[in-house]
Amino acid sequence: MEIDGQHQQEATTAVPHGFNADYLRIYYGKLFPHGDFFKWLSYGNDGKHPGCDQSFVGRREFSFTLENDIYLRFQSFDSVAEMENSIKEKCPFKIDIGPPAKRHAYAQSGNNVFVPVERELIFDIDISDYDDVRYCCSGADVCKDCWPLMTIAIKILDASLRDDFGFNHILWAYSGRRGVHCWVCDSRARKLNNEQRAAIADYFRVYKGGENTMKKVSLTGPVLHPFLARSYTDVLKCFFEDKLLLSQQLFASEERYRKILDLIPDENIASELHDKWQGNRRSSISKEDVNATRWEQLKTTLQSGKQKAQGLRRCVEEIVFSYTYPRLDMEVSKHMNHLLKAPFCIHPKTGRVCVPIDPNNCDDFDPTTVPTLSQLLGELNADGLHSNSENGK
Amino acid sequence: MEIVRSHRQIAAAAAGGGGGDGGGRAGGLPTYRLAPQLEVRLEEFELFAIDRLGVLKGIADGLSRGKRPEEMEKLVNELWKARMRRQDPAETLNKDIISHFVLRLVYCRTEELRKWFLSMETTLFRYRFRLESHESQRMLMSEFQLPYKALPHLEFEAVKDKLSQVARSIGQSATVESVFFKVPFEEVPDLVASRRVFLSKGYAYVAMSQVVSLVVTQFRCNISKALVLTNRKWMATIKEEEKDRLTPIVEALSNAYFGPDYSQPKDAVEISLKDIDQLARTSFPLCMRHMLEKLRENHHLKHGGRMQFGLFLKGAGLKLEDALAFWRAEFSQKVGSERFDKEYAYSIRHNYGKEGKRTDYTPYSCQKIISATPGVGDHHGCPYRHFGEENLRAALNKMGVSGHPLEEIMDKVKNRHYQVLNLTVLASIGNLLNFDHLNHLKYEIHS
Repeated sequence: MEIDGQHQQEATTAVPHGFNADYLRIYYGKLFPHGDFFKWLSYGNDGKHPGCDQSFVGRREFSFTLENDIYLRFQSFDSVAEMENSIKEKCPFKIDIGPPAKRHAYAQSGNNVFVPVERELIFDIDISDYDDVRYCCSGADVCKDCWPLMTIAIKILDASLRDDFGFNHILWAYSGRRGVHCWVCDSRARKLNNEQRAAIADYFRVYKGGENTMKKVSLTGPVLHPFLARSYTDVLKCFFEDKLLLSQQLFASEERYRKILDLIPDENIASELHDKWQGNRRSSISKEDVNATRWEQLKTTLQSGKQKAQGLRRCVEEIVFSYTYPRLDMEVSKHMNHLLKAPFCIHPKTGRVCVPIDPNNCDDFDPTTVPTLSQLLGELNADGLHSNSENGK
Repeated sequence: MEIVRSHRQIAAAAAGGGGGDGGGRAGGLPTYRLAPQLEVRLEEFELFAIDRLGVLKGIADGLSRGKRPEEMEKLVNELWKARMRRQDPAETLNKDIISHFVLRLVYCRTEELRKWFLSMETTLFRYRFRLESHESQRMLMSEFQLPYKALPHLEFEAVKDKLSQVARSIGQSATVESVFFKVPFEEVPDLVASRRVFLSKGYAYVAMSQVVSLVVTQFRCNISKALVLTNRKWMATIKEEEKDRLTPIVEALSNAYFGPDYSQPKDAVEISLKDIDQLARTSFPLCMRHMLEKLRENHHLKHGGRMQFGLFLKGAGLKLEDALAFWRAEFSQKVGSERFDKEYAYSIRHNYGKEGKRTDYTPYSCQKIISATPGVGDHHGCPYRHFGEENLRAALNKMGVSGHPLEEIMDKVKNRHYQVLNLTVLASIGNLLNFDHLNHLKYEIHS
């Protein structure tokens, strides 16, 4: 009897997938973490002790995107209550966080001179920037085969931000669909100017894509900078060899291995390998072996003692970097006044929550299992019914 | 007396500020921050400036010949000794400061002059800094607000391997410099951006040679601002006030020289830098003209173009030194001279058989050029083959080919008879008389 009842409950508590103002209202009403969110962005200035800058929180800009693409800029709030009420009332489809500015965002004086005073160091990595190296998906899609590219981006950047730059307060968040965002919140990070932000972004930049360049990764010099070397030996090499080769079948077809051969600056070697593999088309090796085998052959050829030419010295690493190294959106990081989507928003297209990702466990993160708005509401319903039934209704 | 006074006023005005000492230490390297309160005779006004100009000219020449840093250091030392150094170090300092400020007047007056002066003075400063003692260098660093403390020995030993790795990664020798500074990474954004420093826990480990760059950048910035101010003062008051005395001297000095010096003795079978542009107009085949044009326009050519055009020039008799100067003059405008030296100079020397397996490469034959397949962004290959009809017509028009000869050529192109076209073109613009040129330009023409 009870069992039957439960089934009935499940049937009635499930909420159809969707994204709309009604759903959001409930989400903002019951689930969005207003308190923690506001506290984070106050950086202690919401306290009572004399060191607090009372005006700080009110000078932070937010922007809301409402239903029907109505865009509201220069939203600011002097207290968590004010923020919470505004969000609940307006039900924004998207919330962006901007920098705290010199003047109150609502400055009425007419000169809307909006000068950022400080700003978190932010990064935005989008998997659609990797479309030329993933065959399983393209554009906005993401699956378990290509998502790991994001995982290693997190690993590499997180390690460097901590070890090289000495930052500690780093928040990683799922962007809701196809990427990750990074918020570096140390006060030292917030005080960086545009030039310094650009320098950090350039430090991280390896991939220089352009239509005219065939080869987008160029690692000159007899050895790699310690940061790149560490990234390669700790993360990229095994990811490429153990996971990506196979999951993306990088050598399985002529079209695919041609792309890799195009990265080899020596035409003779490239054609030698090409001819060798073309000949093997009808061999009985299983798909698995093909990728690993061909990669080994390529490595052996390039790294053999015969190859003295300068351009070839780092070719193997260049190939690995081309396929795996993080590709940042430089513009996002370079400018203090760039707005970025807030964590805990819901992505309109997928309904998924922009949840934080723990960099120490990022291997376990699976974007396809991130809770959606409708799932959460379903759970709320079930919870409500459950507690109702407990109360004897 | 009057002259002396005037100069002081001018110098003071020129510095855009008050008096004070010349911003130098006795026997040290002045930073020219403030105009000196010094007495100088009118003849010295001119002579000091001319001597310094000789130094700057020598530097310009050395740079355009692609001299390596060690060679430049030596050159600067020699030039300074020959033209500026006096028995009494105080007199040398005197001359140093005065000549600098006089040349500011001379070179502040147009954008081009300022650019040249800034570039040469900065280079002079850079190499003089390198020649100073460690003690003197540290004092200068403080003056430029770079009060870095040298890394203590123990800490140095702990990170030595990493420092060596960074040095090798940017193409330097594995032997690490002995003096390093630990600075917050925020202070050296350029070095961070180009991964030229080791970073750890928010600190950058900066080598002495890199500190030189920082100092020089500051120096350059200061002089740049000063030149603009000087120009304003010049235009506002000085030029008019001194129109009977100093102004003519200043103007004469600036006409005496500026720009890179390409003068070379002319030889029957050689061409020099100066000749290139002119020869391009009269005797170059279309492909080479096109590449020269693109090179001048973009300050860059991709590999295919560098090979085809570079070897052509070599075959025409352009010497290695001149070739280096030529490519450097263009490329450094786009990628900077450091990058040119590192990434492009090698292959130019290689083409002349001075590196690697030392093959003295010959220029490409028409056949080879015609069969090339230029890609996006390339400008080599044979334009008769690869240019669209409109573009080809336009290019030939520009050369002065029109009417019946033009139609004849377009006809041949349609039928893919690419050979011989260059001869036809040159004949039609009446330059077949320059057949000698054609010969010594050494491109093979299939008949």
